[in-house]
Amino acid sequence: MTVVDLALIAGPAIVVIGLVGHLLVGDLLRRIVALNVASGGVMMVLLAIAARGEAPDPVPQALVLTGIVIMAAVTGVALALARRVDAVTDESEGR
Amino acid sequence: MNYPALLPALVLLPLLLAAVTALVPRGSRRTAGAAAASTTGALGIGVVALIGGGSWELALAGWEAPLGITLRADGTSTAFLALVAVVGTAVTVYAAAEPSLAGGPDFWPLWLVLWAGLNGVVVAGDLFTIYVMLELVTIAAVALVALGGRSAASPALRYLFVGVVGSLLFLLAVALVYAETGTLDLPQATAALEPGPVLTSILALTLLGMGTKMALFPLHAWLPVAHPAAPAAVSAVLSALVIKAGVIVLWRIWFGIADGTAAVQVLGVAAGIAGAVAVFWGGAMALRSSRLKPIVAYSTVAQVGYFAIVLSLADGSAAGWSGGVILVLAHGLAKAAMFLAAGTLAFAYGTDRLSRLHGAISHTPMTVAALAIAGISLAGLPPTFGFVAKWQLLVATIEQGEWWWIGVLLLGGLLTFGYTAAMVRATFNRPGDDEVPAPYPVPAILAVVPFILAIASVAFGVFSAGLVDLLAEDPTARGRP
Repeated sequence: MTVVDLALIAGPAIVVIGLVGHLLVGDLLRRIVALNVASGGVMMVLLAIAARGEAPDPVPQALVLTGIVIMAAVTGVALALARRVDAVTDESEGR
Repeated sequence: MNYPALLPALVLLPLLLAAVTALVPRGSRRTAGAAAASTTGALGIGVVALIGGGSWELALAGWEAPLGITLRADGTSTAFLALVAVVGTAVTVYAAAEPSLAGGPDFWPLWLVLWAGLNGVVVAGDLFTIYVMLELVTIAAVALVALGGRSAASPALRYLFVGVVGSLLFLLAVALVYAETGTLDLPQATAALEPGPVLTSILALTLLGMGTKMALFPLHAWLPVAHPAAPAAVSAVLSALVIKAGVIVLWRIWFGIADGTAAVQVLGVAAGIAGAVAVFWGGAMALRSSRLKPIVAYSTVAQVGYFAIVLSLADGSAAGWSGGVILVLAHGLAKAAMFLAAGTLAFAYGTDRLSRLHGAISHTPMTVAALAIAGISLAGLPPTFGFVAKWQLLVATIEQGEWWWIGVLLLGGLLTFGYTAAMVRATFNRPGDDEVPAPYPVPAILAVVPFILAIASVAFGVFSAGLVDLLAEDPTARGRP
C-alpha cells in the first residue's frame, strides 16, 4: 500500500471523525476545531489526488491552498461569533 | 448583442464597490452603499436585457478550460440573474429607506459582497469557481444574519456551521470529480463521468451539501431560527436568493451527470421523499407559528421541498425544468415580498406577534395586500407566476407518470393558503375595537416596495409564455442520452 492509498483511506476517515465531533460536541470552540479537522481530511484527499501520477499535479494543490484560505476566514468568523454567543450567554445567566 | 466581457463585471464590480463602501465613514455609508447597490442592480438588469434569449461564454484572460476559468450564462442563468437583480434592487430601496430594518451601516459592504457571490454562482462555468462563490455567499450571509443584534449571534453561528459542513461535503464531491475526469469544467466533467460508485458518491455528496445550504428536510433546522433572527431586509435576501444558490448548483450537477443506475434512482427517490415531507412539515409548522417571521421562514422550508421534487420531475422533461426554474423565480419574488411586508408590519407595531397586529389592515393596507398577494402566488392560484410554475410541474408529473407528486403539489398549495390566511386574518380590526393602538409611523416606501414585488409575481404570471419556451430549450433539460 502506497502513501497515496493510505491518504485516500485516511482522508475520508478524518472527515468523518471531524464531522462527528462537530455534530456531537457541545463546546463551541471544540466544534470549530472539529470543523478544521474535517477540512484537513478533505485536503488530504485532494493532496492524494495530486500525488497520484508521475509528476505532482498542481491543480489539486491550488484547490487545497484556496480551501485552506477559505477555512481560515470561516474560522475567524466562527470565533468572533462564538465569542459573542458566549457573551450573550453570560449576560443571560447573570454572570 | 454580444458582450461576454460584462460577465466578470457582474462579480468584480460589486466586490470593488463593497471594498469602497467599507472604507466610507459610517455616517455616509448609507448613501454610498445605496448608490453602489443600485449600480450593481442596474448592471444586472442591463446584462439580462443584453443577453436576451441567447447565451454568453467567456474564458477569463483567454485561458481555455480545463485549466482556465470559463464564465457561462445560458437561459437559466439569465433567469436567475434577473431574479437577483430585481429582488436585489427592491431590497436596496427598502434598506436605504429604513436602515434599522437592514441592520445599520454595516449592511452595505456585506450586501454587496453577497450580491457578487450570488452573481458568481450563477455564471460560474467550473466546479471550483462554484465552490468559492458558494463560500463567499455563505460567509456574507452569516455576517448579515449576525447584524440582527445580540440575539442573532447564536442563529448566525449555527447557520455558519451548517453551511461550512455542506461546503466541505461539496468540496469532497469536487475532488472526486477531478479524480475521475481530470477536469473541473462543468460541461467537460459531465460529459466525461462514467456511471459507477464514484458518480453515485459525487451525487450523494452534492445532494447532502446543497441540501444543507437550501435547508432541505431534515437538514432544515437552522433556517426557521436564522431567517427570523436576521434584520427584515436580510431575511428577504436570504429566503429569496441565498437558498437558490444551493438549488441551482444542485440542479446543474444533478441533471448534468445523473444516469439511470439503481443507486442514483434511490438517491432521487430519497430526495423526493425528503421534499414531500418538507412540504407538509413546513406547512404544518407554519400553521402552528404565532409570529409572522417564523411563518414565512417555515414557508421557505416547505417551498424548498418542491425544489427537491424537481429532481425527479425534470428528468428529461422540459416542462419539469421550466417549471422548476419558474418556481424559483416566483418563490423569490413572493418570499421577498412576504419578508419585506412582515418587516414593515413588525416595524409599525414593534413586534411581529400575530396577536398584536390587529388593525394593521386599516393602517397599512398596502403591506397586508402585499402579504396576501405573495401568499396567493406561493399557493399557486391563477393567474400568478406561482401558478405557471405549478402548472408546468403538474404537466411534468403527468409526462413522467409519477402521479403521487400531484397530491403533494396540491396539498402544499392548500397549506400555503392556510397560513397566508392566518397571517392576513391577524391584521383585521377586532370587532368593537375603536381604540386601535397607534403604531409607529411607516414611511410609504416600506409598504410600496413589497407591494410592487407582489404585483410583479402576478404580472409575470400573465406574461410568462415566452419565458417558459426559453427555459424549455435549456440544454440541461435534454435528459439522458
